[in-house]
Parts: sequence; C-alpha cells; structure tokens
Amino acid sequence: MPKVVLKLGDDISTDIIYPGRFMATVLPTETPQYAFADHAEFNAKLKRGEIPPGSVIVAGKNFGCGSSREQAASCLKGHELVIVAKDFARIFLQNSINLGLRTVACPTIEASEGDELEILSDKVINKTTGREFNIVPLPKVRQAIIDAGGLIPYTRKRLLEERR
Amino acid sequence: MGMTIVEKILARAVGQDSVKAGDVVEPAVDLAMSHENAALVINQFTEIFKGTGLEPRVWNPSKIAIIFDHRVPAESPKTATNQKKIRDFVAQQGIAKFHDIRGDEGGICHQILPENGYVRPGYVVVGTDSHTTSHGALGAFSFGIGATEMASVWTLGKVLNVEVPATIKVIVNGVFRQYVYPKDLILHLIGKITAEGANFKVIEFHGETIKKMPTSGRLTICNMTVEAGATSGIVPPDDETLRYLREEAGVKEKVEIIAPDSDALYDQTIEIDVSDLEPQIALPHTVDNVKPISEVEGVKVDQIVIGSCTNGRLDDIAIAAQILKGRKIARGIRMLVFPASARIYRQAIEKGYVSDLMSAGAVVMNSGCGPCLGVHQGALADGDVALSTTNRNFKGRMGNPNSEVYLCSPAVAAASAITGMITSPKSLINR
Ligand code: SF4
Repeated sequence: MPKVVLKLGDDISTDIIYPGRFMATVLPTETPQYAFADHAEFNAKLKRGEIPPGSVIVAGKNFGCGSSREQAASCLKGHELVIVAKDFARIFLQNSINLGLRTVACPTIEASEGDELEILSDKVINKTTGREFNIVPLPKVRQAIIDAGGLIPYTRKRLLEERR
Repeated sequence: MGMTIVEKILARAVGQDSVKAGDVVEPAVDLAMSHENAALVINQFTEIFKGTGLEPRVWNPSKIAIIFDHRVPAESPKTATNQKKIRDFVAQQGIAKFHDIRGDEGGICHQILPENGYVRPGYVVVGTDSHTTSHGALGAFSFGIGATEMASVWTLGKVLNVEVPATIKVIVNGVFRQYVYPKDLILHLIGKITAEGANFKVIEFHGETIKKMPTSGRLTICNMTVEAGATSGIVPPDDETLRYLREEAGVKEKVEIIAPDSDALYDQTIEIDVSDLEPQIALPHTVDNVKPISEVEGVKVDQIVIGSCTNGRLDDIAIAAQILKGRKIARGIRMLVFPASARIYRQAIEKGYVSDLMSAGAVVMNSGCGPCLGVHQGALADGDVALSTTNRNFKGRMGNPNSEVYLCSPAVAAASAITGMITSPKSLINR
C-alpha cells in the first residue's frame, strides 16, 4: 500500500519542485536528482533511494503553479511519485499527462505523512484514517493521451496516420 | 449565442463557424515560440520520429521562433552546449525567427515577438514559457505549453486535444493617478481573484482604461494573467494595436481586426475602477499576497531589479530614469536594470536614460531574463530582500530560498532605490 511521503500546502510552485538554477539540465533521465532540491531532507531521501516508486505526495490547491518548465513533471516522474492534490495548475497538469506522471485531483483530500492511501479510479481511501475522498476524473480527451502512453507515442501515432 | 474573442480565434483556427467553452479542438498554430528550453523540445521532437522511418522535419520553419534569453550570455558550459545544439538545429531546419545572443536583435522572447511583428491579432500562439500569455496584448490567443507539447506542435502544426477555455471579462475604468501604472492594476486584480482565480480560463480586458493603455502596458497586464492561473489574457485589438504594429513593429501587411460578440457568454464579469488605486506591492512568497504601498512602506531592501518581460520596456526605463535623474541610489543598495531587448537598450542609450541610471548608481545589464529566474546575474544573499518589477516572488524564485522578493512597478522600484526602503514615488517627490 503506497504511503504519503510528503505533505505540502497550497500554491506549491515549479520553483519549489524544480528550482530555476537547475534548468540547464533538461533530459528526463537527468532531472530527478534535483526534485525538491531546496527541500534538502526530502531530496536526500529521494537520492538515497529511500522513497519507493508509487509513493504519494499530498498537496493543497494549485499544485505546480508558475513556470511551464517540464522538468517539474519529469523530475517527479523519474521517481515514479504520485501527486494527490486538491487541484493543479494548468501547464503542470498537462505536462504530467504528457509525460505520464500520475496526478490525482482530490479536492477534499485529508492525509498526513505516513498515512497509507489506496488510490482507485474514482476515489482515494485513506487506510490509516478510514476516510474516503472523491476524485475529479480527467476529461476523456486527456485520458486518451495517458492511454497511448504519453504525448510522444500519441503524436507519433497521429503523425503516421497523417502521412499514410 | 455569440462568441468571446478566444472562441472566435479558435473557431477560425479549426475552420468551423463556431466553438464554445468546453469544446475539444485541435487548433492550427500560427506561431510556436521557444527559448533555451528548445534543447528539450529538440530531444522530444527527435523521440517522436523514432521508429517511424520518417525524417524529423518541423511542420513549418517559418512559424517557429526561438529566442535565447534565459541564460545569456551562457552562465555555464552546459547552457552554452545546449545553445550550440539549438543553433545547429535552427540551421538544419531553416528556422528563420531565431534570435541569438546579439546586441542588434536579441532580448527577452516576450518582447522580441511583439517588437518584430511576429504576433498579429487573431493568431494562435504557443510558447514553452508560462508568460506566453503576454501576446494577448496584441489580440492573439497565446498560451504556455510544455516542451513535449511543443515537440508535438513542431511535428503536426497544431495543439492536440485543447479544451476551449471559458472567459472572464474584466472591465477597467477610470484614470490612473500619478505614479500608478498597469503593473499596479494587474497586481491589484491578482490580489483580488487569487493565484488560481482564473485557472484554466482566459481573462479578456475591456473598458476605457484599457482602450487608453499603450501596448507596452497591455503586455504588462497580459503577461501577469498567468499569475492568476489564466490560460491567457487578451485585449481586443483596436487602433492602438494597429498603431503599435505599424509604427513600432514595422508591420506593412493588412491586419485583420477581430472582436468578441456583444452577446458572448462569459464565465463571470469583474469591474475595476482605478481612479483611487494606490501603487500595489506583492509581498513574499506569493504573487496574490498584494497590499497597497501605504501598508508596506518602510520595508528595508537590499537589491532593486528593473526589467523582465513584465516591466523592462522603454517607458518603464524612462520612468525610472526620470525619478533617478540627478539623484543617488542609497549606499549599500544594488540596483540592476535589464532592458527587455537590445533595441530597447539602444533606445534607452539614445534618450539618455542609461546615463541617468548609471550616474545614479544603477548597473545596466545586457538584455535578457537576468536574475528574474535565479540562474545567474544578481544572486541574492541569505536574508536579502529584493524589490523587483518582475512577475514572480515565489520562495527561491531569484535563486536563493533564504531571500525574499517583493514585486512592484518601475516607479516604486526607482523611488525605493533612493531611500533603501519601499517608498511611494509620491512621498519621495514631495519630501
Ligand atoms: S523575464 Fe523572467 S518571467 Fe520573463 S521570460 Fe524571462 S525568466 Fe520568464
């Protein structure tokens, strides 16, 4: 059962997720080392491999606000983290969908660090507190990109259809 | 039912009579802009073509713009190598709208696009930069996307699976008091509707104040709409738009004027009267933490920054020079000025502003993003307080999470440089 490894508040900006000073690093294979770089303790745990894939970050409103930098999504995807937030900023959400980072919009979520969460298609169950929270589903058109495995394979498919 | 201006633009871009908020469309792109992050776009673009047997060619090299601005001149070998990779790609693909690190045509992307006439009313513009919202100032639907999405646009020439956004109508009336500017208006609006008040929506600006506002001010307000979460800001094009395109951007071709319908359906309407508006300040660490200057005056500052895609234009530099002419910046304060483009820099030299600023003690830097995003040039010390005309004050935004950033207009920045603390220009002049 995945655990909440980090609990954050509202308006977590892309500068917190992936500070601007590391923006010269662009490749998705290289960005994960700088995830939450200014959150030294959490970054160190990630680097030491102490955070298992599928672990959850719980946040408040407007997660990922700010820059369009895709590193903010790719660095979290690199650690296979799952983000459960009250809601997300637009560009960050789209980048996550495009790269296959799992984001869950859950407007009433209540969870603390260490809680175990079960994430279903329509709700999140906090196994520690026994409470359930509804998920706002993604629009179908976004789901199509996820189902294709991300925007790169989705675009490749469209390209081949158009050139056929 | 009538259409908002963005609905009209998108209907045209998909070749339909009409679209409405919530529809899913795949609009053709008129201009696709990137900066140094084109390095990542190139990587993702190449990935798309892998295994297809097709040669990676962009859909239309004349519709792609690439501008080096975020880290110019390069601050590290890594950036320099990325920039080199982009130069090679530009040459190989024949991308024409390329602005390298140059003193004749370089600058910040959100100034280079308008001043070269690359953006026209009715265009669909995408950029791998969140402040791509700026270009709504010219009546385009212009929004930020990520690098992978841009790779998809470079491949297909359209944005896939876009939902037509709902629109918030903001009507602004009244005349600004002395030393109050479009920056104060947009800070006030963001404070009012919060950092996510326009999430997934477009802000369409109307009213007498907007009609009288020059394009530079419209660029400032559209630029910062993303700080309220907006997909884009937009000003319906008018005579001022035409004047700007003809006189400042050198556009000779016919320009099509597009307007929202009078019976368009809006998500909500917000009315603002600026007649009594004071200069506004955004306090650390969120852009919506906005207070009138009277509640913040006296806060001690260490570094003043004037510039960025928000407030690095000629009239911004002019007001700072006017306030600083014949005065001195307080000892112990650093003041950095970054003209938004090389053209603006040269104009500021010709008009004597650069000399006025330097004589007062300011350091006038090369055009580019500078300290705005905390990569190089003008790092802050632990505990430093910056007062800046840029658009973001997130924790760590200027490179040091142990510093604080306040946001303001160029006039407030200049007045505060003289006293070393947040100061209203009016109280300075009346001293
Ligand atoms: S000046 Fe700042 S906000 Fe504008 S494009 Fe550059 S980094 Fe982004």
